[in-house]
Amino acid sequence: MSDIITIVVAKYNYWLYIILMMIGLYAMIAKNNLVKKLVGMNIFQTAIILFYVSIGYKKDATIPIIENAHGGHGNTAHAIHAADYINPLPHVLMLTAIVVSVATLGVALALAVKIYQRYQTLEEDEIRMRLTENRLAENNK
Amino acid sequence: MKFAAFLIVSLCGGLLLYATADLPAWGDPNSPAGTHLSPHYIEKALEETDVPNLVTAVLADYRGYDTMFETAVVFCAGLACLLLLRDYTRKKGSFYRHIPTGVVIHFKENRKNPPKSREFEHMDKEWVPYDLIMKTVCRILIPFIQLYALYVVAHGDFSPGGGFQGGVIFGSSLILLAISYNLRTVMDRIKERVLGFLCVLGVLVYTGIGVLCMIPGGNFLDYSKLAVFLPVDPGHVRALGMLGVEIGVGIAVMAVMVVIYVNIASEGRHDEGL
Repeated sequence: MSDIITIVVAKYNYWLYIILMMIGLYAMIAKNNLVKKLVGMNIFQTAIILFYVSIGYKKDATIPIIENAHGGHGNTAHAIHAADYINPLPHVLMLTAIVVSVATLGVALALAVKIYQRYQTLEEDEIRMRLTENRLAENNK
Repeated sequence: MKFAAFLIVSLCGGLLLYATADLPAWGDPNSPAGTHLSPHYIEKALEETDVPNLVTAVLADYRGYDTMFETAVVFCAGLACLLLLRDYTRKKGSFYRHIPTGVVIHFKENRKNPPKSREFEHMDKEWVPYDLIMKTVCRILIPFIQLYALYVVAHGDFSPGGGFQGGVIFGSSLILLAISYNLRTVMDRIKERVLGFLCVLGVLVYTGIGVLCMIPGGNFLDYSKLAVFLPVDPGHVRALGMLGVEIGVGIAVMAVMVVIYVNIASEGRHDEGL
């Protein structure tokens, strides 16, 4: 039992992100409303973004911007140690991922607007009902 | 359905939680992610690119292709929104408010040239915002937001920032204008054609700089070859190339944000909306 507690305390960040991610996944699977599904998708994406950023973190390190890069304030150039700066790569990946997630959310909302215009509803079961009604009407013709 | 979803989610989450035992501890400097490539970026980027902000250096130089296609993805998303939703039929009728008296006039037919004067203001049909405080505050705030966005783009090499962030801030200032006034005000100030042109221009600036590097015989997006065109210290050319690329990204992201918002808010009619 104490083992589990030490693991959880040492890695509580991953636990939180996984819980967040599962909340998003649950919303995507179980919710009936399309907009709620999109909210779930965004929570999922946010969990992944947080996960990546936390992977890049190093203890006692600062943001990945070199200090006194061009010898400002009379300091001479000094050696740069990798341990002093957090890993820039996850930040780069997530920077683009955030913008792309906004863009994909935009496309998803556009599709939702189109679905609403055609079926007058965003509830999944009602859309399915309309679809079967339409099919029956086609067959009866 | 709900139960099945809960089962899948708990199974999946349980597996992931079990796997965290193998992940490196929080803040471990010797984690796998921080040992192979990232020390090279941190220690050599300043020397190789002359850009102190490592995120920008990796984004625009080491991973230039990735960012270029990321911009293309954003552009495609804007295009998809436009193609899905754009609706050229116009709604019938329009409302105008006489500002000094507050009397509202209803035109039942569409006029080709709606009356434009300081005394009359166009109104949305369904939702009619008229809040002096909100409008005034936003009018004061928006120029500063836009200035800040330009600062974020221009200082992306030296401080936190860059094309994506600056573009989103600039786009959100235009969205704020649309929310506080109305959609038509934005569409009068920045025409749909201009927005589309800016979307394309941003991606073109990026790829154009890449092609420009090929003219003196370099590789695609090899900014050091731009020294032929820019009369600056050759060590600093890469930083300037990155700045150009970031400006392209900023323009594209700004225009796409506004296109997505405008199309979704008005269901593609571009006349009135949220």
